[in-house]
Amino acid sequence: MVNTEETHRQTSGDETHVLYLYETRKKIYARRFVGFFRKLKKRSGIPLLLGYLLLPWWQIDGRQAVWFDLPERQFHILWMTFWPQDFMLLAWLLIICAFALFTVTVLVGRVWCGFSCPQTVWTMMFMGVERFFEGGRNKRIKLDLAPWNFNKVWRKSGKHIGWLLIAFVTGFTFVAYFNPVRELTVEIFTFSAQPPAVFWIAFFTAMTYMNAGYLREQVCKYMCPYARFQSVMFDSDTLVVSYDEVRGEPRGARKKGSDYVADGLGDCVDCTLCVQVCPVGIDIRDGLQSDCISCGLCIDACDAIMEKVEYPKKLISFTTENRLNKTKSRILRPRLMAYLLALAAMVSLFSYALLTRVPLELDIIRDRSLLYRETSRGLIENIYTLRINNMDNRDHQYQIKVAGDYDFEMLGEQLVTVSAGEVFTHLLRLKLDPGLLKAGNTDVTFILTSTQDEKLTDSEESRFIGPFLL
Amino acid sequence: MSTFWSWWIIAMTVITTVGVCWVLFANRKVVLKEKPKDGEVPKTGHVYDGIEEYENPLPGWWFNMFVATVVFSIIYLILYPGLGNFPGVLGWTSEGQWQQQEQKAEDRFEAVYATFEGQSIEELALNPKAFKIGRRLFGNNCAVCHGSDGGGSYGFPNLTDADWLYGGTPKDIEVSITHGRRGAMPSWTSVIGEDGISQVTEYLFKIGGGEHDTALASTGETVFSTYCTSCHGVDGKGIQAFGAPNLIDDVWLYGRSPEMIKTSIRRGRKGIMPAQIEQLHESKIRLLTSYVYSMSQR
Repeated sequence: MVNTEETHRQTSGDETHVLYLYETRKKIYARRFVGFFRKLKKRSGIPLLLGYLLLPWWQIDGRQAVWFDLPERQFHILWMTFWPQDFMLLAWLLIICAFALFTVTVLVGRVWCGFSCPQTVWTMMFMGVERFFEGGRNKRIKLDLAPWNFNKVWRKSGKHIGWLLIAFVTGFTFVAYFNPVRELTVEIFTFSAQPPAVFWIAFFTAMTYMNAGYLREQVCKYMCPYARFQSVMFDSDTLVVSYDEVRGEPRGARKKGSDYVADGLGDCVDCTLCVQVCPVGIDIRDGLQSDCISCGLCIDACDAIMEKVEYPKKLISFTTENRLNKTKSRILRPRLMAYLLALAAMVSLFSYALLTRVPLELDIIRDRSLLYRETSRGLIENIYTLRINNMDNRDHQYQIKVAGDYDFEMLGEQLVTVSAGEVFTHLLRLKLDPGLLKAGNTDVTFILTSTQDEKLTDSEESRFIGPFLL
Repeated sequence: MSTFWSWWIIAMTVITTVGVCWVLFANRKVVLKEKPKDGEVPKTGHVYDGIEEYENPLPGWWFNMFVATVVFSIIYLILYPGLGNFPGVLGWTSEGQWQQQEQKAEDRFEAVYATFEGQSIEELALNPKAFKIGRRLFGNNCAVCHGSDGGGSYGFPNLTDADWLYGGTPKDIEVSITHGRRGAMPSWTSVIGEDGISQVTEYLFKIGGGEHDTALASTGETVFSTYCTSCHGVDGKGIQAFGAPNLIDDVWLYGRSPEMIKTSIRRGRKGIMPAQIEQLHESKIRLLTSYVYSMSQR
């Protein structure tokens, strides 16, 4: 990466030159500029934001529709309830999400960063509050330089109160996914909330305040791994925010109506608006950079200027490297197709697994200290503890059957009722005449089937052990 | 143990901490020999195998975070054990934390057990909540010998039937669990000899209602009445006060075949039920007693 930042460099004296290896962050005063991409960002961001804020308030069948109940280890998502045993599904979901992100990156680069990433969305909200209290870019720069007076104090404190309010709502909503929101709201306002809930609300409030208020683009630059490995997925046909250097250079100011081509100038009027609007503080004219979050705000700014000076638009645009070099560029290329195909396959497999998921889990714990027991009649008994986990949302009665090479006699209840969400422990014994056994031990399979629904079934293998045969 | 290693660790920790600080502060800047050219990204002057390093500064707050970790380590080493044998100002120990956790769990469950106080064993046996807790306690403490279902096995009594070595009343069961039991069937080889053992065995099959050799059994009766009746009773039904088993029923703790019975007489049997009072305390033993009692009543 080529670093164009030189403010950190200081020279002392003429002979020796000191180079500082740590830089102080240069505050970015992003100018607001309304255009197509900002509107798009707003339209895509608001539904996502509302979804995040309102989802905890939705109730289904008397319980919160999305509720991650950690103490009970039950994860309610809409009409389904997941258990820790289902974490495989979460792993697959995360892999699918990562893969979807890669696919999008191959197609249009880091649009996730510029449009949907919470880091960007919250930073934009905080910038909105900043602008409301402190005014536009120039006013903010002036205010920061101004001495402390009443005007500065009230504007600054207004901004911080606004930030803290947004941060609190964010932190509160986050905790509400783990702690039922209706009770939490009452508890918070009556100061009777549990200490862990208060801690996590405070934690996420502080984190939101810090991340969106102060760290901002630093998170993308120094913390986010996505920015670092995106170059693996980019190729010459990926749509990225690019400056058309051939058309724009050499840049320079010009008089209106002058023949700039004859003066040896390109289309770029060097108004630096693209730099001023950039939320991460880069100059897109230096080419593709790892800091760029593909938000398209520089395109909005440049297009407006191009319109004003009556040049063609798209000096800065979402385009591919190949197009800029006037070579053939194919968006729908085999690489993208392969990604899409793999993604489609994964999504369908995942949906299949989700739809055919059986909310029942059977575990068999065979008594190990007693390999077998001989009854007074000389028969062999094995003892099994069945753990029946009814992961469904309603009570079920299950029929227990056993299958194996022999005709076992089953001792103990063969019909059990397990209430919704219960882990039921059940004892069973299998009995067999040892004379029938052809080997020292044999496999047995316990089969559990709901009496109301035949599809609701699970089986688990165990062993039946008899006297050692020579 | 000598204090050498303690001082060694203290010295190493201090040297490392100071060294880390030095590395941190010494590498904040580099002094260049030449002034970097205008419009060119300066190089740090670091060269490794001909590869030069561009100046690519880290954010300043990273440096502060590094410093914060050093400060944290110093505070930690003062408060907690870490510097050799120095125990730390707070006096924290892993054992102390374990005891604290155990005490916490104890307090929590003691409250649950307290709700069952004042109820008789018979009442508790009918209480579903006590039954569930009892089943867990049984699974954790008893099932390893008596089986998850309490059915016992070779050498370990069945707790679900009506046959009891030391008595099946709630009081008897509670005593058995609390103080344990010790079987005391002695070896009889030196007293009655191998012939006597065979004769007594045949006699046992006679009074138990099984197939037997009449001649041997009648001599066996004399041997039995001389040596065995003091514990097993005149009728062979056993005496629970001694833990002597009933010999005329179908229940044989150490096997019912003639060979197994002979082995029992020949070598004696010393079945041991360990006392549980130290591990479980009274409140848990009461729930266990009610659980075991309820198993035998079904």
